[in-house]
Amino acid sequence: MRPFVEIDRVAMRYGGVDGTLALQDCSLCVYEGEFVAVVGPSGCGKSTLMRLVSGLWPATEGNVIVDGREVAGPVNIVGMAFQSPTLLPWRRILENVMLPLEVTPQHRHRLRSERAAYEARARELLRLVGLEGFERKYPYQLSGGMQQRTSLCRALIHEPKLLMLDEPFSALDVFTREELWEVMQDLWLARKPTVILVTHDLREAVFLADRVLVMSARPGRIIAERRVDFPRPRTLETTYSPEFQQLAADLRRYIAAARTGEEVSL
Amino acid sequence: MAEMSARALARFEAMAAAARRRRRLEAALPWLVILGMFGLWEFVVVAFGIAEFVLPAPHDIVRAIIKWWQPLMQDSLTTLYSTLAGFGLAILGGVLLGIAIGSSAMVYKGLYPVLIAFNSIPKVAVVPILIIWFGIGIWPPIITAFLISFFPIVVNVATGIATVEPELKDVLRALGARPRDIIVKVGLPRAMPFFFASLKIAVTVAFVGAIIAESVAPNAGIGRLMMVASSRFDVPLVFAGLVVTGFMGIVLYWIAEFIERRTTGWATRGQNQNLATGG
Ligand SMILES: Nc1ncnc2c1ncn2[C@@H]1O[C@H](COP(=O)(O)OP(=O)(O)OP(=O)(O)O)[C@@H](O)[C@H]1O
Ligand SMILES: [Mg+2]
Repeated sequence: MRPFVEIDRVAMRYGGVDGTLALQDCSLCVYEGEFVAVVGPSGCGKSTLMRLVSGLWPATEGNVIVDGREVAGPVNIVGMAFQSPTLLPWRRILENVMLPLEVTPQHRHRLRSERAAYEARARELLRLVGLEGFERKYPYQLSGGMQQRTSLCRALIHEPKLLMLDEPFSALDVFTREELWEVMQDLWLARKPTVILVTHDLREAVFLADRVLVMSARPGRIIAERRVDFPRPRTLETTYSPEFQQLAADLRRYIAAARTGEEVSL
Repeated sequence: MAEMSARALARFEAMAAAARRRRRLEAALPWLVILGMFGLWEFVVVAFGIAEFVLPAPHDIVRAIIKWWQPLMQDSLTTLYSTLAGFGLAILGGVLLGIAIGSSAMVYKGLYPVLIAFNSIPKVAVVPILIIWFGIGIWPPIITAFLISFFPIVVNVATGIATVEPELKDVLRALGARPRDIIVKVGLPRAMPFFFASLKIAVTVAFVGAIIAESVAPNAGIGRLMMVASSRFDVPLVFAGLVVTGFMGIVLYWIAEFIERRTTGWATRGQNQNLATGG
């Protein structure tokens, strides 16, 4: 597997010389087609890391390489989803999902001539996440969980090589969340994009990821990582196995240590 | 079982009937208030024997409207014309400047203080200058209407565009969207409810602007009519002018509100069903 996202001793400081130092000496590598979860104490710079990788902000120090190229601006092969669904309330669900096709340089010129094909793709995605029949509804007519599914479809519609998910399930109730884990896993298995998922939920990290990275308290850097080798597709049954629980407990210890600034032994 | 559902049905019917009654009352309420106000007015004037040249009774005003309906009509149309011309210019300029201010921090920092200062100037004070520049004629009312209704439109459009959620901007920017895409796809549609809310204010103040200019530079229009009437101590006619003005203001407001509801229903639907249906 070749490295897809490489971050080499990156630092990020917001707001000039005396500003907040969000990341320092942060290095990581994500391989092509890999599903990586990033966990860490609140405010340690996880969202900042996402912004650097997608090229929304330039790093203060160090290099970010995505798909073999150094990042100098928005990388435009990325799909993103956040804690809030951020749908456009004046667009129907189908139109919301198709928004990226109207702006990405690769698709915007083809959209008019190949509208039918693109629309079929959007409908197929909505079907995969269980939203068949809701294409013509407006976001306010959907529950929070359904809006979040729509947001996932929007992140995937342009078949991005890199998917950045910043706590996409954390505003949902436990049942919906666990249901969406399985949906997310199916979506990933279907096309195997490279995924970086930020989460506070250790079970979520272990359930979904091939590898879990733990960040230190601010200024953030990667202080530990664990491989997750459970076979796929994983089911919710998996999460009750002793091995799964053990792994989650280990990660919890790393984070507890990271919050107090102690050194952790791997 | 059958009895239960019959009872449930009756209860449902009763609830629906109550809701219908409330909606009818809500629709009639403004008219009842207006009628009541005029009734009270009539009563007070008659009961206390207030002289016509101090406060004419509603029936005096109605008589004045009937007697002078032709000049009233003509002058209202002139005022309406100036108002709409100034208002149209304000929409054009306001939207363009609003987009510029809302999408660029530089333009915002540079222009906002100037705009605030400008908006603080009483527009009555500007009319004499307009007369010097354009002479007494159709232009002073149009420009005054423009100046007075310009500001709320700029502020609201700018607010709508500037308050696009940062996450949504990130989603689009990460896709390679240009700043123009973000304004067209998100900023402008998002600013629409703000824009229409400002139109409702702007159209009524545009009226005020036009009438101010017409009274300071009496050339034509309802403002001049009222000035002339008051100089002749024809107080009922002055009030007739006020009533006609108020009426036109309400009509323009309704039109703005109607367009708003047709175009930006998404902003109120879902959050407040009453706004969409009962309005
Ligand atoms: N736009 C910004 N301007 C200035 N400082 C910022 C900005 N965004 C984040 N920060 C600072 O950078 C640090 C890291 O923020 P970040 O949002 O990356 O944390 P996080 O790990 O995502 O936190 P959480 O888990 O609570 O979402 C914080 O101390 C925050 O105050
Ligand atoms: Mg965050």
